Amino acid sequence: MTAAVVIKYAIELVAVLLLALGIKGLSKVRSARAANQIAAVALALAVLGVLINFLSTSGIDSSAWLWIIGGTVVGGLLGAITSQRVPMTAMPETVALFNGCGGMSSLLVALGVALDPLAGSDGEGTGALVAGISIVVSVFVGAITFSGSVVAMGKLQGWLDTPAWMQSKLRHVINIGLAAVSLVAAIALIASGGDQGLWLLVIGSSLLGIGVTLSIGGADMPVVISLLNSYSGVAAAAAGFVVGSQMLIVADAMVGAAGLILTQVMCNAMNRSLVNVLFGGALGASASAADQGEYQGITSCSAEECALTLETAQRVVFVPGYGLAVAQAQHILREVAELLEAQGIDVAYAIHPVAGRMPGHMNVLLAEADVPYEQLIEMETINPEFPRTDVVIVLGANDVVNPQARNDSSSPLYGMPVLNVEEATTVFVVKRGLSAGYAGIKNSLFERPNTSMVFGDAKKVLSGLAQELRELGVGKAKVG
Amino acid sequence: MNDALSLNDALWVLLLGSLLGLELIGKVPPTLHTPLMSGANAISGITVLAALTLIIKAGSSGNGGLMALGAVSLGFALFNVIGGFLVTDRMLAMFSRKPARQKEKR
Repeated sequence: MTAAVVIKYAIELVAVLLLALGIKGLSKVRSARAANQIAAVALALAVLGVLINFLSTSGIDSSAWLWIIGGTVVGGLLGAITSQRVPMTAMPETVALFNGCGGMSSLLVALGVALDPLAGSDGEGTGALVAGISIVVSVFVGAITFSGSVVAMGKLQGWLDTPAWMQSKLRHVINIGLAAVSLVAAIALIASGGDQGLWLLVIGSSLLGIGVTLSIGGADMPVVISLLNSYSGVAAAAAGFVVGSQMLIVADAMVGAAGLILTQVMCNAMNRSLVNVLFGGALGASASAADQGEYQGITSCSAEECALTLETAQRVVFVPGYGLAVAQAQHILREVAELLEAQGIDVAYAIHPVAGRMPGHMNVLLAEADVPYEQLIEMETINPEFPRTDVVIVLGANDVVNPQARNDSSSPLYGMPVLNVEEATTVFVVKRGLSAGYAGIKNSLFERPNTSMVFGDAKKVLSGLAQELRELGVGKAKVG
Repeated sequence: MNDALSLNDALWVLLLGSLLGLELIGKVPPTLHTPLMSGANAISGITVLAALTLIIKAGSSGNGGLMALGAVSLGFALFNVIGGFLVTDRMLAMFSRKPARQKEKR
């Protein structure tokens, strides 16, 4: 053992330790930011370890340095720019994009080693069969991660829709066919190592990723992204087997496990099983006719009436949803809340576990608007408090406040935990129209006698509300 | 990268790593799920190491095409890593900023 090897081992050990600490720290609000930085340092250390290892043994060719620097500058710059430019509302798409690129990276490494076996594998430690299997797993999962993430991103951005034939049973036939093709290609690749098998596997698994993701409805996309996040861990761990790196295997086994847990948490929050999400297709298609009928007995009101009700309230709860974020109304919402607070009205925000488009997404969006952390109250805590609440204002949320999830066993939402807002004295629902939510079904909350619709863009309604409140003199005592 | 890594070792590493991951991430408040997903995603970009290894080994055998492939892979991985960590930091900065602002107010 040379000194360089000892140093390399030491660096790797420290890096693994820091990674574990980083992931652990990410689970507490106080330590999360530092933990993220620790994980970044750990990754930098791991890179250093690889470079030291090669510098002390075979050396690094100057042409290799050029390619390394080129790839680093281009990828790093694009990543840095993207991370600073994307709006917080687009976070799920962004994670999908980054994740897809990780999958692509694993795919390309395995591809390279498959095309030129001398390049990456050491041959001796792990046999040819294991090398073959690792390459197959890395290519297969990497390709699914990439194409699936791109489709998920397209759907969240609204670039892609679910084509009609994807709703039919035909999609299962196609997907099974693609899976079979991939399997045959994988066996051919492992058995003979031919290039045809390799390319067939790349094409088959890429199409499979598209086929599986395309049929899943927009509401379930967060689950898909989380699952794909787990997949990219699997792909990278397989790449770790391909190039024989313990560091890679450890780190990505952790990420893969994390992704699985998070996926499970999201499924629980929506009361759906993973199997149902993956193979059940889009929810709206299966909704019964009764769920999609016309609304009856809807009452609507203006921002002025809403302000008059608010003025006399003791306790007000806001239920923010993705519509609020799309309208970029978080900041004006905080203004309204501060006016009410200055009037001595008790204000809270009810956060459904899947509010926004990912668990925790709404917390990020409200944090961006400087909403005090203590006012964000989770579903279990706030549900018993709705009967004591005077006014609930639902802002761009729909499915998470649908009482049918509790009352109507025929509803596709049945069993999903929801916010029991209808138990409050008055409910205002700010919404652009009566269109269905992500799940594509009707919301009986809108027909309740104590519910009033305030039609309009969340931002405009809230600005109107703020103005009305000021005219009424609400919050004059301390604010304005 | 590590000449002494046997299949047996590698599988143990995989098993223990997975168990560690399950244990570490067992309890997380929902608030942090999005940043955690984003952070874990950045860590999965550690395929950077595999891409580096590929480029360096291709370099010592003078295989230009493979080096280019490795460089593209490296680019993708770094896009994931750098972008992932920075965007996670951006999210978490919003959480940590608030207590300070509140103190100012009171």
